[in-house]
Amino acid sequence: MNVYQFSSPATFYPFAGWLAPWFAWSAALLAIAGLWIGFAVAPTDFQQGEAYRIIFIHVPTAWMSMFIYLVMGFWSVLALAFNTRLSAMMAQSLVPTGALMTFIALWTGALWGRPTWGTYWAWDARMTSELILLFLYFGVMALRNAIDDPRRADRACAVLTIVGAVNIPIIYFSVQWWNTLHQGASVSLTAAPRMASIMLIGMLVMAFAAWFYTIAVSLWRVQAIILERERSASWISALPGLAGALR
Amino acid sequence: MMDFLAMGGYGFFVWGAYGVTAVVVIAELSSLRARRRAAAQLAASMPHSEDLP
Repeated sequence: MNVYQFSSPATFYPFAGWLAPWFAWSAALLAIAGLWIGFAVAPTDFQQGEAYRIIFIHVPTAWMSMFIYLVMGFWSVLALAFNTRLSAMMAQSLVPTGALMTFIALWTGALWGRPTWGTYWAWDARMTSELILLFLYFGVMALRNAIDDPRRADRACAVLTIVGAVNIPIIYFSVQWWNTLHQGASVSLTAAPRMASIMLIGMLVMAFAAWFYTIAVSLWRVQAIILERERSASWISALPGLAGALR
Repeated sequence: MMDFLAMGGYGFFVWGAYGVTAVVVIAELSSLRARRRAAAQLAASMPHSEDLP
């Protein structure tokens, strides 16, 4: 199988349509399992009481907010280096979901911070840099809307995305570099997690749910982007049941 | 059941977090659905020529 054929929108379009429901159903089942672990299995935290249950959405969405940006950066580098349409479309398809994950991370963080730290918001390094990430997502969306020619918008958005990627290590390492209100990581790749294992399992299940949700939604969105941008192409007219199939 | 909803006094924070998350996820899914439908209708209404790149 030649994997490069999937860099053509005409080949990728049906593949994305086949793939998306698998990720969507996996995400739904994982979310149900994660919520069940989070609310029914995991015990009350001895310090934070029930308020800690917010972390089952806060931590996965905060991870995804950074990870989605890195994936956008990856597609942007490919789009600039090889001038491929589909790479830019893949980057474009992730922006709204990245903004959504960032917003949820900020919102749930505020609602967790109030009972735990005594404040909804502080201008500390972790929270401020995460807010800048939200503005970067909005900036990429606004830049695309401001440029009429899609190919020029692809290049401009790719450059902005790559430059903005400098913010990701700042978010990630902010709790080490500066003395922040936000605590350090409870889970890392290099040390044993500092939390009860059932809570960790619940968080990881929710993280996979958020990940698969993102994949499903971005595949569906890239299909819409392909239709919007390639609508005059002859292969589009050959799609079976175009008007009827996408209900 | 009331105990569950009260969340040990943290009900506002826990359900505020989960509720808003559910609302924005549903909003994204429904706006995506509308976008896909509009894109498909637009593409279906286009005159298609064979010689476009």
